Amino acid sequence: MIAFIIRRLLQAIVVMLTVALIAFTLFGFVGDPINMMVGIETSAQDRENLRQSLGLNDPVIVQFARFVTHAARLEFGSSYQFKTPVIDLIKDRFPATMELALASALFSLLIGIPMGVYTALHRRSVLSNVFLAASLIGISLPTFLIGILLIFLFPVTLGVLPSFGRGEVVHIGFWSTGLLTASGLKALVLPAVTLGLFQMTLIMRLVRGEMLEVLRTDYIKFARARGLTDHAVNFGHALKNTLVPVMTIAGLQLGSIIAFALITESVFQWPGMGLLFLKAVQNVDIPIMSAYLLLVAFIFVTINLIVDLLYAVVDPRIRIDARPA
Amino acid sequence: MATEASEAPLTRRPTRLASFLDSDVAYSFLHSRITIVAAIVALVIVAAALFAPVIATQDPYDLRQLSIIDSHIPPVWQADGDKRFLLGTDDQGRDVFSTILYGSRQSIAIGIVSTLFAAALGIALGLIAGYAGGAIDTVIMRAADIQSTFPAILIAMLIDGTSRALFGQQRHDNVVFWVMVLSIGLSFWVQYARTVRGSTLVEKSKDYVLAARLIGIRPGLILLRHVLPNVVGPVLVIATINLALAIITEATLSFLGLGLPSTQPSLGTLIQIGQKYLFAGEWWIAIFPGATLAALVLAVNLLGDWLRDALNPRLR
Amino acid sequence: MTEPVLSVRDLRVEFPTRRGILTAVDGVSFDIAPGEVLGVVGESGAGKSITGTAIIGLIEPPGRIASGEVKLHGLRIDQLSGEPLRKIRGKRIGTVFQDPLTSLNPLYRIGEQLVETITTHLNMSGAQARRRALELLGEVGIPAPETRIDNYPHQFSGGMRQRVVLALALAAEPELVIADEPTTALDVSVQAQIIALLKRLCRQHGAAVMLITHDMGVIAETADRVAVMYAGRIVEIGPVRDVIKAPLHPYTKGLMGSIPSLTGENDRLTQIPGSMPRLTAIPSGCAFHPRCPRAFVPCPVFRPELQDEAKSQVACWLYQPFPVTLSPVP
Repeated sequence: MIAFIIRRLLQAIVVMLTVALIAFTLFGFVGDPINMMVGIETSAQDRENLRQSLGLNDPVIVQFARFVTHAARLEFGSSYQFKTPVIDLIKDRFPATMELALASALFSLLIGIPMGVYTALHRRSVLSNVFLAASLIGISLPTFLIGILLIFLFPVTLGVLPSFGRGEVVHIGFWSTGLLTASGLKALVLPAVTLGLFQMTLIMRLVRGEMLEVLRTDYIKFARARGLTDHAVNFGHALKNTLVPVMTIAGLQLGSIIAFALITESVFQWPGMGLLFLKAVQNVDIPIMSAYLLLVAFIFVTINLIVDLLYAVVDPRIRIDARPA
Repeated sequence: MATEASEAPLTRRPTRLASFLDSDVAYSFLHSRITIVAAIVALVIVAAALFAPVIATQDPYDLRQLSIIDSHIPPVWQADGDKRFLLGTDDQGRDVFSTILYGSRQSIAIGIVSTLFAAALGIALGLIAGYAGGAIDTVIMRAADIQSTFPAILIAMLIDGTSRALFGQQRHDNVVFWVMVLSIGLSFWVQYARTVRGSTLVEKSKDYVLAARLIGIRPGLILLRHVLPNVVGPVLVIATINLALAIITEATLSFLGLGLPSTQPSLGTLIQIGQKYLFAGEWWIAIFPGATLAALVLAVNLLGDWLRDALNPRLR
Repeated sequence: MTEPVLSVRDLRVEFPTRRGILTAVDGVSFDIAPGEVLGVVGESGAGKSITGTAIIGLIEPPGRIASGEVKLHGLRIDQLSGEPLRKIRGKRIGTVFQDPLTSLNPLYRIGEQLVETITTHLNMSGAQARRRALELLGEVGIPAPETRIDNYPHQFSGGMRQRVVLALALAAEPELVIADEPTTALDVSVQAQIIALLKRLCRQHGAAVMLITHDMGVIAETADRVAVMYAGRIVEIGPVRDVIKAPLHPYTKGLMGSIPSLTGENDRLTQIPGSMPRLTAIPSGCAFHPRCPRAFVPCPVFRPELQDEAKSQVACWLYQPFPVTLSPVP
């Protein structure tokens, strides 16, 4: 078990370093970073001094090493656009994205799993077909289109729910939350549904597919042959076996929610990290771009690691210390 | 004394076409109404896009044909409608109907070409990784692992943003089609590579490869001949899923302002423009392109679903 | 004559496909007396497993029991569904399937699976059920049951797992145990142990056994009577000793001749030419006639039914007068 954890940690570090390399190379594409930082009137001598003091004349390896160590200390430099430290910008916007991500994840799980179970158990019912049709539409619509349609439906046509912004936020320590105000909660609804809809249909189809597979297995057949009640077979055995792989994939999805939040934030002008990154790409603000990349990579890698460990906890077959008799 | 009564009469082997028409694949197609509808919808949109220059009443990419006076006109069936502009015009005076046609063309073209590119790249890398083994295999698979931790949209954004930085805005617009193909294609090769590599590894361990080596023939081409038929099914399934995703990715990038610019709008760009005018009541600029995009992706997904079921040996 | 535990009459199981209706079991009839072990033997595809599956009502749609009767101690069970059927499964008919690895839910301890089955059918508290589970594990020969009861299935070897499956099948004291290829997935050295265990336990618990297998050796060891199936029909059924030593049906003769003998009487092993027909192309008349070395006039035309012959029953025109008619309609 320990060996397993260590191996995964090493893999995680390799991934992070590779991403760091890519993030570092981004700087090379922009031309002279000095030009981004100083005005036109600055003399050549001053530029040279600046270059020297920033260590831009050092060999690439040294610069990379410096980049990595700074990143580990969460020092990502200053934004080209705003001239403020990137880490402050990110800290500022992090809560918004997290709340959105968690709200939509909750939405997708709470609705997706029951729907998936229902469509697996009642394969030919009318409601199942409705759900399946709806799910097909759900994964066909791009996130931004869902957002647009929701905006068209609710704020524009029906006049309810806000179409942009976060509403009023309450600051607790360094966190700003919109969950404690009415306007904050109302503002969360449409973006959370937009972001969560794709995930929800994915989870629903996943649960359905897995459950149908499980219902075909020999142990379910044997459970029926033993005369166990339908309830015991469907929910005691089949559901448990279904949720194990579903849970892990859902966990991995959490990572991509954070990435897709970007699109939702753009549609609803939600002040999160995604919107920050988007503006950075449009304006070629490299420090923000590279910081965002590293952050997203870190989140993904951490989630992958946790999901792997969770799998080991839940599925007794892969606990390495179990010995067959 | 055994009789021949139960033996089937000797017949000529059916032609390939006859076999196909009799197969489960064709059967399930012809008997699934939804799939037929999906196929028709997809066909209609693709045909319309293909013949856009013929059907459209205006070339929206040609700035000389646009007139700002004609902007913000609602669809023809509304009060202020204009017969020239069936579905209304946008803020630049572009005919929404024509722009949808031209935009779909771009979207579909980018979708198909990038999918082909991703497939070609993925299959090639998968073959190389499986065949060469060793360090090359490890490098390629590690790269695949790292890349698959990121959602495709992020990768596409990165590549697009980088090229924008490299080329500058002006030149970028000229080559934007290929930038999109590249960025979307590069974000989707992984699944093909993994599938093909798996198949290659299976074939590589078979005796005929060893035999070829012993004779002195390089097993590469023989391997190819045996691997490709095995992977056609799964690759097709992956490709249809990818096509839908590619179209969605292109639309999303354009919507975010990172894809096709407003001078050559695709469906995504139109929707972005349209969002600004939703509250002003000019819904047609966003809704019609949106409906077209939804219909197209839905049709592709349905076809992909059907293909998946038809090719799945267990469900037959 | 005591009432049979299981009585099957003219059972027909059909699978509608787009190429037509496939008949997997075509008019099968037999009885099993209380405490008796009936072997059902035949090649793969003969319909033996489907017969067993049909008896406990686990045929998946679109397959269905098209006609016939299945009676358990006089009670008709082939038309039951839902709750009444569920109550019979496990409680009155126990089942053992072929692959013990896939028969057990890998995520639950075997103790949990045992207790669940026991409490479903017998009115016991959790603690009583656990005690009974321990007893059962001991009966089937699991060493140190108090520790092993909390293990997961993958922590057992194949033979041990099948013993657990046996415990599960007998947990609710059924009157009949249907064992579908119980040893096929096991090592040869373990097969004999499991078969002996099956026979002994069923005798102790007073359960009859329907032992489905393609292995004649197992039948010879364990069964009291044997039914030979071919292409969905029973071609011969009788006491084990008679069927093995003096087979009547040409197919049975071929089967016996193809078993190598350890006692050294090996001339050439008989090989039955051809192979079992596919369900889509079952020959007319007697299904075996294209491969039969003794086929003659009536065989391709009329289908023989089981008729008594000595102590067995056999479906073959060699043993019964065949209908004489000028029109070839069976």
